[in-house]
Amino acid sequence: MERDGEAPIISLRNVWAGYDLDTVLEDVSFDLFPRDYVGLIGPNGGGKTTLIKVILGLIPPRSGSVQVMGSSAAEGRKYIGYVPQLQVSDKAFPINVWDVVSMGRIKPGFGSLRLKAEDRQRVEEALRQTGMLDLSKRSINEISGGQRQRVYIARALAAQPRILLLDEPTASVDPQASVQLYDLLARLNEEISILLISHDMTAISAYVKTIGCINRRLVYHRDKSISADMLDAGYECPVDLIAHGVPHRVLPAHDKDGERLE
Amino acid sequence: MIDFLREVLSYEFMRNALLDGVIVSAACGVVGTLVVLNRIVFISGGIAHAAYGGVGIAYFLGLNPVWGAVGFSLLSSLAMGYVHRKEKARADTIIGVMWALGMALGIIFVSLSPGYKADLMSYLFGSILAVSTGDLWLMAVIALVVLAFVLVFYRLLLAISFDETFSTVRNVPVGLLSMAMIVLIGLTVVISMRVVGLILVIALLTIPPAIANLYVREMRGIMVLSTGLSLLFMIAGLLVSYALNLPSGAVIILLAGLAYALAAISKGIFDKRRQIRETTAQKNDLELIR
Repeated sequence: MERDGEAPIISLRNVWAGYDLDTVLEDVSFDLFPRDYVGLIGPNGGGKTTLIKVILGLIPPRSGSVQVMGSSAAEGRKYIGYVPQLQVSDKAFPINVWDVVSMGRIKPGFGSLRLKAEDRQRVEEALRQTGMLDLSKRSINEISGGQRQRVYIARALAAQPRILLLDEPTASVDPQASVQLYDLLARLNEEISILLISHDMTAISAYVKTIGCINRRLVYHRDKSISADMLDAGYECPVDLIAHGVPHRVLPAHDKDGERLE
Repeated sequence: MIDFLREVLSYEFMRNALLDGVIVSAACGVVGTLVVLNRIVFISGGIAHAAYGGVGIAYFLGLNPVWGAVGFSLLSSLAMGYVHRKEKARADTIIGVMWALGMALGIIFVSLSPGYKADLMSYLFGSILAVSTGDLWLMAVIALVVLAFVLVFYRLLLAISFDETFSTVRNVPVGLLSMAMIVLIGLTVVISMRVVGLILVIALLTIPPAIANLYVREMRGIMVLSTGLSLLFMIAGLLVSYALNLPSGAVIILLAGLAYALAAISKGIFDKRRQIRETTAQKNDLELIR
């Protein structure tokens, strides 16, 4: 599927995925194009993490296909700047900001104690972009949650990604720092596509270009607004009342009671 | 004191013991840091105890028990590494079973072997003074391999220790590297076995990095500091055990444990004082504004 002659960066086709006997994602189809800024919201347990794992090639889909930059997820994920959710346990690890960000430069076979000049330059640039250069010698436990999130964004940027994939970027960040974080993402979006996944719909809707809901199934129609139906679909409706298997299906095909009109 | 040191160093076994102490400190400081930061202390305990199976079998077959320990700790580290990665949910149970099975195997083979067995106690509880020059060479070579590996792959080891998922996404061979890391533990166990024994080696792997981690906030710094601390405990423990005629391995660990307790307590007091100081400073600032 193309848009304005551009091929999608991430493309999921009828993806089913889950663990053991539990199916978490049902028939998810989704395209992310260059310079997109998509926010996907969904309840906990709705498959947000599973979707991220499928895109990153960490778990194979049961059926359907996943492509990143036209290749398999495992091959194409080198173009993804992955920004994981902050973990409390990270703070206990003895490491400074510079060393975390330099992880964005690691690749197989790379291991020496010293970084190459080019790698150092990229790390510095990523730190400057995120406003963390002055704190680069600080230990990870000496900075705030918002700063830590910036460090993870810097680490992702150091890899010169085509896409930023963020998992709950504001989950443990205070409101003011969140605003600054979204300003940063809006600036970055001038060059990189962004896919952001969160359970907090109020946090993301004001900043993203388009929005979707994920609760086992994905409801996404390249639109900016959250309709009441979408919220119902994402948060309240029993799963089998949500649009079945049709990508980009417009939800008004449901009637008000959520009955299927097929 | 000088005379005491001269007397101690005049014996070849004491010089060997000191050299061995240097080798063991470096390996334990570096690998122990990885063990502590990756929270795999339990695996290192498992490997150390399972290695006794190799000691027993080698002794039964009339081979050098060191080689038995090398073989068994390599095998058990591969097996435990595999379980740790593939069977996450039940890993600690299975590792606990392997831990006990290795030990039991060792005990059975030792009891089946005829003759005088006092020497075998040194594998369990350590006897740094009994280290032969030949064993010393073997240990030096193993330690060099371990240190070279960590030096070459330092950044990748740091990355997988800090964030395995991110490393996977960067296509780092996380599985292979973390298996290698567990094999390093196995090798370090063999090196340290003669100094403190298989039962106490877990302390040498964990206590010095744990102390260093209280004060240093960087992985290589912890590696260097815990190597220094290990050496300090070993020399002090060796001298105390020589002076008081106590088992050296146990004395070394006892000193290390005491130092850890002191370090943790003083760190706690230090942090609390700092908190109080900072709160007072903030209060004063507020009053100034008023």
